[in-house]
Formats: sequence, structure tokens, C-alpha cells
Amino acid sequence: MNIIYMLLAISVFVALIFFVLFIFSVKKGQYDDTYTPSVRMLFEDELVKEGTSAKNQTSKEKITNPEK
Amino acid sequence: MLNFAVGIMSKIRLMVNCFHCGDSCLDFELKHDEKSFCCHGCKTVYDILHDNDLGYYYDLEKTPGISPKEVIGKYDYLENEIIVEKLLEFNDGNTQIVSFLIPSIHCSSCIWILENLNKLNPSVKSSQVNFPEKTVRINFSAEENSLKNLVILLSRIGYEPYISLDDFDKKEKYINRSLIYKLGIAGFAFGNVMFLSFPEYFEHSEFWLDQFKPMFRWLMFAFSLPVVLYSGSGYFTSAYKGLRSRILNIDVPIALGISVLFIRSTLDIVMNWGTGFFDSLTGLVFFLLLGKFFQQKTYNYLSFERDYKSYFPIAVTRLFKNSEGKIVEEQAEVYKVKKGDRLLIRNNEIIPVDAILIKGSALIDYSFVTGEAEPISKQSGDKLFAGGKQQVGIIEVEVLKPVAQSYLTQLWSNDVFSKDKTGIFDSLTDGISKRFTIAILSVAFISTIFWLIADPSKAFNVFTSVLIVACPCAIALAAPFTLGNLLRIFGREKLYLKEASVIEQMAKLDTVVFDKTGTLTTNQKNLITYEGVAFSAEEKQLLTSTLRASSHPLSRSLYSILDKNDIQTLDDFEEEIGKGISATSNDNSIKVGSYEFVGYYNENTSELKDRTTVHISANQVYKGCYIFNSEYRKGISELFEQLVNDREVIVLSGDNEGERERLETLLPTGTNLYFNQKPDDKLNFIKKLQQNGKQVLMIGDGLNDAGALKQSNVGFVISENTNVFSPACDGILDASQFKKIADYLNLSKSGVKIIKWAFLFSLVYNLAGLSFAVTGHLRPVVAAILMPLSSISIVVFTTVATQYIGKKLRMKINNKN
Repeated sequence: MNIIYMLLAISVFVALIFFVLFIFSVKKGQYDDTYTPSVRMLFEDELVKEGTSAKNQTSKEKITNPEK
Repeated sequence: MLNFAVGIMSKIRLMVNCFHCGDSCLDFELKHDEKSFCCHGCKTVYDILHDNDLGYYYDLEKTPGISPKEVIGKYDYLENEIIVEKLLEFNDGNTQIVSFLIPSIHCSSCIWILENLNKLNPSVKSSQVNFPEKTVRINFSAEENSLKNLVILLSRIGYEPYISLDDFDKKEKYINRSLIYKLGIAGFAFGNVMFLSFPEYFEHSEFWLDQFKPMFRWLMFAFSLPVVLYSGSGYFTSAYKGLRSRILNIDVPIALGISVLFIRSTLDIVMNWGTGFFDSLTGLVFFLLLGKFFQQKTYNYLSFERDYKSYFPIAVTRLFKNSEGKIVEEQAEVYKVKKGDRLLIRNNEIIPVDAILIKGSALIDYSFVTGEAEPISKQSGDKLFAGGKQQVGIIEVEVLKPVAQSYLTQLWSNDVFSKDKTGIFDSLTDGISKRFTIAILSVAFISTIFWLIADPSKAFNVFTSVLIVACPCAIALAAPFTLGNLLRIFGREKLYLKEASVIEQMAKLDTVVFDKTGTLTTNQKNLITYEGVAFSAEEKQLLTSTLRASSHPLSRSLYSILDKNDIQTLDDFEEEIGKGISATSNDNSIKVGSYEFVGYYNENTSELKDRTTVHISANQVYKGCYIFNSEYRKGISELFEQLVNDREVIVLSGDNEGERERLETLLPTGTNLYFNQKPDDKLNFIKKLQQNGKQVLMIGDGLNDAGALKQSNVGFVISENTNVFSPACDGILDASQFKKIADYLNLSKSGVKIIKWAFLFSLVYNLAGLSFAVTGHLRPVVAAILMPLSSISIVVFTTVATQYIGKKLRMKINNKN
């Protein structure tokens, strides 16, 4: 039954790992804004493909100086 | 005499909505790319986005856009390096990071476009939106672009940043996350201790269990150490502070309970008496912190701590003579403006200092600062006070007093603003805890004395058991969960409260004080009536055409209600600021303005003295006048009827007595009206009420109410648009919910009733626990069951009860509509 010592040590160790991860994620501000990321993750796929924008590049000028 | 109300015309036309911003295209419709736009601004934004392959903006949400405003010259101050430096969060010469508050962020399209700024301007390296706070953090290259251009780019696509004096001394934003850490540690320890103490709940002596007992117990001890020393530390300091100021607050019995639990449990395992109460200890702290956490509900984009700084501009145009004797303009920080400096104030800019008007005619809107409803015209030589907004043209002023000493900012030197309002009031919980603590201590001592005589070996056990089981966990949870729930219900009903304790204060109120301008009246619309001879069709056309050319606020609002058919080009148009406008077209002439300007004395004018009027004469014949009445919010009479039943109701206005008669007919008898109240007067008025033992609710909207809002027991700000500035207060109420104030006050009263019932329940639990304790039968497993059971049942009770009263309020409101 001495295996209990090891099991105990492992279980406490695993719990501690998750606990430390939690503290770190809070500290890094991951829970400060819980709304925007949920919207942002839906965007990625919809970004305009490079190919089409390059094709249109000639006729459309990029705005570099907004005061113009 | 003809007398008819024009009111707000309902336009029954085929409604076409702008593809960009969704506004209906009333004045004209701009067809472009097979889409309709309401103005050139919206069309330009569409073109910019379309040309840069950002059309997805319009796929994400329907009509997501905001019509951009004119910004020419507005951001010239961003050429001043000192100001730029103050605004930047990070600057290494090339890479610069800046955060802007953009009030117009409102949908997922906004997030998308702002995070794809690099497509519009390659100098932007990355940008990240924080939607709840309505901010965007932009990382850009200073070599390729300047901050000014970045701001102009944002403004051009409709996302104009809000930059005010408040941004000037931007401190590193400190977010206090200690409660989450404390809660995390307590939860972590609670779970592990429960799991370690589980075996001993059932088995008393078993070979293997006995083998591991010491190990398990010392592990529990180790887990509970950070809980007592860190998670529970707040209760010890609060109890100490309470005792030092001779108050037995709720934290005193809690701190006592925690320390007794810990000492008794440690002794138990050291002396091998038993397993201790570590499970109850960690559970107790965990539940208490959970209550504290639940009580917090922050509305990130609202600020309850603002002062004049977030209303004032960060920079102002200063005129000075250079070495060659030429007068040049420069952008100066507002704080650097000294007495005697010459300033240039453009249309729609705020005057940040007390000054004398030197050049130009001023029309100053003081409504936000003094509560006067209509703009006041000033001539050169007149004194201008800080906070006014110039409405027409450019003026030049000389500074009399710098920002910090101006008439308006003086209000903030009053003592009220340095006092912290929280903590002065006795909360319900603290009220009960005083009696509770005394009762518990006497029970503990009496039973200990009894056992010392009957069976001394049990005395210590009984003494500690009483203190453990009586620890007022459930009592301490009743208020946080009830108030936390109510806070969320109020938020849903668009009353945004600063913190939960405001609700307790709301329940006690017996006096309600209203501001008039902007609070009882709406900001946007004017109710306009015409008195005089009817116009001919020709005169009507001429009038609309004339008004169209004028930028005076009264002309604008009058223009908006008139029929706009056959707009003519005027042959001649002249506007004398502060007097009126005259115009001619096709042999017809018209004069619009004050009655002196129109040149005909109307025998009724003495009656109209305090009212806002626009007189009109056509072809040298007096026609009549339009009377501008401030429009009162809907349901104001009903609201006052409701309030006047069991509360004193007062109206404090910074305006003149012009509206007294109308208010008296609108409001029920028993409402006291006071006019010509300066900001200081309002503050002192509230103070006097409080000295007479009144609990005062102040409802206001502008800077002129700031002192009164701060002084009152509860201060609410009415806001038409929660994005715009509002002074420091305890709660922000959406203007559409104005008529529900009485219902909200009643809801807070029901909330307090729920808390009292919850107290009663938890006392029953405590009595049950005490019966175990005084007889010396409190085993750890009993405590471990009783404590969470009482806490959870209180949480369930308060949640169900508050949801019920919240639903009842909803139904009542629905029935009314």
C-alpha cells in the first residue's frame, strides 16, 4: 500500500500544475476581455484572399496618407 | 390669432435606409454603386473600404457603419510632441503603441474593421479591440505614419477616438486581480482538502487508514495554510479596522471563526485528538470569497469616477507673437495655458478656461455646465466661463484664470470630492452582526462555564465548537448574493450601478431631487409652437431656404420640423450672430431672429421674456413667432405621481423661471420647484436636506450636478447615450428607462426584504449547529455538512427570490407599455 504515497504525490503535483497555469493565465490578462476573442475567432476564415486583392491592386490605390 | 403646434413632423415617405449607417435617407438620397447613402461621409467610408477589399465589413452585420464627422483642424494638436508623448503607451522611436477609447464601437463589424487597419494603412503593424471597454490598441510604425494621421484615418472611417484632458496624465492601468487569486487558492485548497478528509468521514479505525492518517492530516494542514494566511487575510484586516474604530462588523465573527477553526484543527492533529476541521475552514473561506466575487459586476465601458477632465479638451490653439512680431497659432497643452494668453476657439470647441471675449461673436452653450437650456450670445468684452461650448464661428479670447482655478473646476475643490463615500453607511449586514457577535460570545462563555463545572475535559471542545459552528457564513452570504443578483437585474433594465452597496442605499431613500435641463427635459428634441399669422406658400419657402443657410442651433431645429419643398437659392443672405438672419429672394425679404432684430414690438413679448422665441417678419410685416418649449420626457407626470406618494420630490434647476408654469401643470402638487440654482447651491441644498435627516437621491445629467451627485446618498445620471461623458455618480440610467425610477426604487426595497428573510434562515441553521456544539457533540463531519448546506441553501433562496421579483418587475413594465 505504500504506492499511496506516490499516487498522492502525483495527484497533488498534477493539481498544482493546473493551479499554476490558472494563476498565470489570470496574470497575463486572459480573463480581462472575455467577449472580443469569441467574436474574433469567427473572422479568420473570412479574410480576403491575397490573390484577389493583388489582382485589383492596379486599379485601386492604397491609402497611405489620409490627409490627402 | 392662429395657434397651432407643429411638433415633430412624422414623415410618411418611402423610407430608404443608408447602406452604410442605416439611417433613413430623409434629406436626400445618394445613389452609388447601386446602393443608397444618406450623406457623402457615409459614401466615402464605403468607397475607402470597398477599394481596399474590406467589403466583408458589410457582410458581417447589416448597416454597421457610423457616419464620419468633419475633423479638419480638430487634431492639429497632435503635432505637438509633448502631447503625443503623453498619449503614447509605448515609444521606442519607431514602434509606437497607443490605446484609444472609441465610443462608436458597437458590433462585430467594428471589431473586424479596426483589427484590419493594416489593410487600410500599412504603417499599422497590429491592432486589437477590447469590445467591452470600447478601446483599440494600435501598434504602428512612427517612421511611416504620425499619430495625427492615424487619428484622422480612424475618424474618416467613422471611428473617431475620444481624446480628453483625462488622457493627459494617463497612469499605468492597474487591474486588481487579487480577489481572483484568493478565490482560486481557496477553491484549489477546498477541493484537495475535501478529498483528503473523505476517508475519515466514514472509517474510524481501519489498519491502512490509520497508517496514512498523519500524512493525510498534515497535507490538509499544508493546504489550509495559504487559505488562512492569504485568501482569508482580508477578513482579518477588515475585522481589525472595524474593532479599532469600535464597530463590530460582520468580519469580526468571521475572522474569529477562521482563527478558531485553524487553531483548534492544528491542535487536533498535533495532539492526535482527531482530524480537525480543515475541510470546513477552506470551504468557509471559499464560499465567502465566492460571495464577494459575485457581488462584483463591472460595466467596463462606463466610468463612474469622471470629473471635468474627461469633458475638457487636451489642447487648445494659442496665439502668440513670434520674434518678427507676427501672430502665429500654436497648439498648447491646456495645463500650460496662463493668465493673459490669447486663445482661438473654433466652432463646437469647449472653452477650457475662464476668459474674456476679444474678437468675434460668441454663442455659448452652457447647458452641460450650468443647466441653462439655450445657448447664450456674448459680445466682445463679455466674460466667458470654462466649460461652455462655442456654437457658431471662430472666436478669440484672453485667459483670465487657468484651468485649475476656473469657476467650474473650483467645484471640485469642495470637500465632498475628497471624501470616499463608501464605508460611511452602515450596511444591513453590519447592523445585524453587532447583535449576533455579542450573542455568540455570550453563548460560548456561558456554555464553557457550564462545562467547566460539569465536565472540565469537554470545556475547550465546547468553547471552540460554538465559535466554529456559529461562524456567520450564511449571514455573510445573504447580502452579496441578493445584491449581486439585483445588480444584474438592474443592468438588464439599463440602470447601471457602480457597486452592489448602492442598492441598500436605494431602499432607504425618502427624498428625490431632480435636475431640470437634460434630466426632466430631453436633449435632442424641441417642442416648437407657432403663434401668429399663417404664412403664404411663398413665405414658407423663403423661410425654409433661409433657415437652411444658417448654422444657429435654433435655426437648425426649426429647419428640421418644416416642410422642405422647393428650396430656393437666396439672392442675399446675412447672419448677424446673436441677433438674427435676413435674406431676400425674388423680391421677397424675410427677417428671422429676436424681436428687436425683426423690428416690430409685439405686445406679448413681456410674457415671453423668459422663453426662447424666434420672431419672423416678411416684407417688413410682422408675422409671428416660433416658441421653443423644452420637451419633457415621456411619462414624467406618472413618475412624479408615483414618487410623491411616499417620498418628497424636489426639482432643482440651473435655468431661469421661464418654465415654472409649465412644470407646475405637469407635476403633481407637493413637488417643490427651485430655479436659478448654481452648482454650489445644488450641493448645499442636498447637504441641508441631509442635515434634516433626509436620505437623498439626486438625479442629474451635467457637470453642474456633479457636486450634488457626489453629496447625495445616491446619485444617478440620466444618459441619452451611455457612450458620452457623464459626471461621477453611483449609477447611470439609460434615458429610455426614465419613467421606471419609482419601480426601481421599489425593487431595491423588495431586495432588502429578501436579505432580511435570508438572515432569518441562516439564524435557524446557526441555532441547529449550536445545539450540537453546546452539548459537545460537534464532530468534523457534522460541521462539514452543516456549513456548506447552510451556505448553498441561502444562495439558492436569494437567487430564486431575486429572480422572482425581477420577473415581477418585468411583467409590470410590460403591462404598462
